[in-house]
Amino acid sequence: MRQIIKKTASLIITLFIVSLLAFLAFQIIPGDPTTKILGTSASPEKVAALRTQLGLDRPVWERYIDWLVSFLKGDFGTSYNYMRPVRSLLADKLPVTVLLTVMSFAITAAAAIPLGIVLGSIRNALADHLTMILDQIIMAVPPFFFGIIACYLFGIVLKWFLPGGYVPLSASIPGCLSYLLLPALSLALPRIAMTVRMLRGSIRHELTQNYVLTAQSRGMPLRAILIRHVMRNAMIPVVTFLAVSAAEIMTGTIIIEQVFTIPGIGRLLVSSIGNRDFPVVQAIVVILAAWIMIVNFIADLLNHWMDPRMRSE
Amino acid sequence: MKNRYLLTGGILSTLVTSVIVTGYFWTPYSTTAMNAREKMQPPSLSHWFGTDNFGRDVFSRVMQGAGCSFLIAVLVVLIGCFAGVVIGSLCGYFGGTADLILMRICDTITAFPAILLALVIISIAGSSVSNIVLALGILFIPSFARVVRTQYAGIRDLNYIKAARLEGVSVPRILYAHILPNTLPVLVPAMTIGFNNAVLAEASMSFLGIGIQPPMASLGSMLKDSQNYLTSAPWYALGAGFSIVLLILSFSLLSEGIQVSRNE
Repeated sequence: MRQIIKKTASLIITLFIVSLLAFLAFQIIPGDPTTKILGTSASPEKVAALRTQLGLDRPVWERYIDWLVSFLKGDFGTSYNYMRPVRSLLADKLPVTVLLTVMSFAITAAAAIPLGIVLGSIRNALADHLTMILDQIIMAVPPFFFGIIACYLFGIVLKWFLPGGYVPLSASIPGCLSYLLLPALSLALPRIAMTVRMLRGSIRHELTQNYVLTAQSRGMPLRAILIRHVMRNAMIPVVTFLAVSAAEIMTGTIIIEQVFTIPGIGRLLVSSIGNRDFPVVQAIVVILAAWIMIVNFIADLLNHWMDPRMRSE
Repeated sequence: MKNRYLLTGGILSTLVTSVIVTGYFWTPYSTTAMNAREKMQPPSLSHWFGTDNFGRDVFSRVMQGAGCSFLIAVLVVLIGCFAGVVIGSLCGYFGGTADLILMRICDTITAFPAILLALVIISIAGSSVSNIVLALGILFIPSFARVVRTQYAGIRDLNYIKAARLEGVSVPRILYAHILPNTLPVLVPAMTIGFNNAVLAEASMSFLGIGIQPPMASLGSMLKDSQNYLTSAPWYALGAGFSIVLLILSFSLLSEGIQVSRNE
C-alpha cells in the first residue's frame, strides 16, 4: 500500500514535470504566432491587440499556471490555425485514435499471448526455426510499410476496401471497425512478433528453473506446472513489455493514420506541426505523454500484484 | 552448430553496405534526370525496380535514398554511442547521487517513444538534416548510457581493475583502455539495434514529411511520394519499402548472430 502511494506521488510529479517541459518547449520557438495569423503586413496595433487576446504579453510562469489550470479543467486553448477551441478539435479526432489503439492492442495481446505460450512450451526444432525466421522478418518491416502493402494488396489488387475511404463511426459502426481493422493489424504485427519472442524466451527460461524439476518429480503433469507456476512468473516481464507496446501503438497511430488517411489526432498533430499551430501540438503531446505514463503506471501496479517479491522491497 | 544468423547477417549486411557505398559514387542511371518517354515503366532488365512518375530509375533512387538513410543512422548511432559511453562509464564507475539522478532521467526519456520526442524537437527546431541527426542522436543517448553503465558497475570491482588502480593507472586510462574493450560484446549489439531503430525513426519522420526535405530523398520520403502512385506504379513503393526491410533485417540478423555467438 505504501509502495502504491509512493508510486502515485511519483506519477503525479512526473506528469507535472512533463507538462512544464511541454509548456516551456513551445515558448522558446522562433517565430511569432501573431505573424502566422495576421500575416507580415499587419499593423503594430493589431499585433499588440492579438497578443493581449492570446495572452502572449504576460510573464511565462503566469501563463504556465493559467495554462495548467485550464488544461486540467479541460480547456486546451484555441487553435491558431482553425480559430476554434482545441478541445472541440480533439473531441472529433481523439475517439478515432483511441479506438484504433484499443483495437490494435487487443489484437496484439489476443494473438501474442496464446502464440507465445504454445511456442514456448513445445519443443520442436522445425517450429523453433520457423518462428525465429518469421519473427526476424516481421520485426524488420515498419508498420507503415505493412500499411502500404495492405492498401495495395487488399485495396488495389483485391478491391476489398477503398484506401482513403474512411467510414466515420457515426455513419456505420461495422463499416468504421472494418476500415480500422487493417491499420490496427499493421500496427499490431511487429508488436506481436516482439511479444511472442519475449514470452517464448521467458517461458523457456522459467522451464529450466529448479521449481519446475521439483514439481515434476512430485508427479505433477507438465500442463499443470505450466499453468499454475510457470505462467505466473513468465508473464511478469511480458506485462511490462505490453505496456511499452501500448505506448508504441498509440504513437504508431500518428504514422498509420497518414497511410490510411484516418482523421485521428495523429493526422491533426502532423498538420499542426506543419502549420506551427502550437496549442494543438502542445495539447496532443501532453495527452500522449500522460497516456504513456499512465499505462506504465498500470503495468507497474500489475507487476506488484503478480510478483510478491516486488512488494517487500 | 554453426551460427547461421552471423553468417546470413554478415553476408547480407556486407552486400547492402557495399551497394549503398557504391551509390555514393555511381548509380546505374542519373537520379535526377527526367525522361518523359520512360514514365512509370514496370520492372525490367534495364530498370530493375521500374521507373517513377518522372521516368527516373527507381533502383538508382533507392540506392541514393538508402545512402541518405544509412548516413543519418550511422551518425545518430555515433552521437548516441559516444555520449552514452561517456555518461555511462562515469555513472557506472563512480556511482553516487549524480548516477542516480542521471539514470532516473534516462529512464524517463526511454519511457517515451523516440518518434514522439523527435517530432516535438523537430517541430520546435525546424526540419533539417542536422536537426534530425541531433534530435535522434540525443534521444538515443539514454539507451546506450544504460547498457554501458551496467557493464562498468559490474567490472569496476574486478581484481584486474583493482590491480590497475593500485599500480596508479590514471582514471581515464582505466575507464577507456581497460574497461571499455570488455564492454564491446554488449556495446556492439546495442549499436546494431540502435542503427535499426535509427533507420526506422528517420524513415518514419521522412514518411510523415517532417524528416528529409526534397530535393534530398531518403527511403522514408520516397515511400511517402510513392504512395500517391500505388495504383499506377506499385513497384515504386514496393522497391523503396523492401529496401528498408532489407536494410533493417540484415543488421538485426547480424546483431542476433553476435549475441548468439557470445552465449555459446
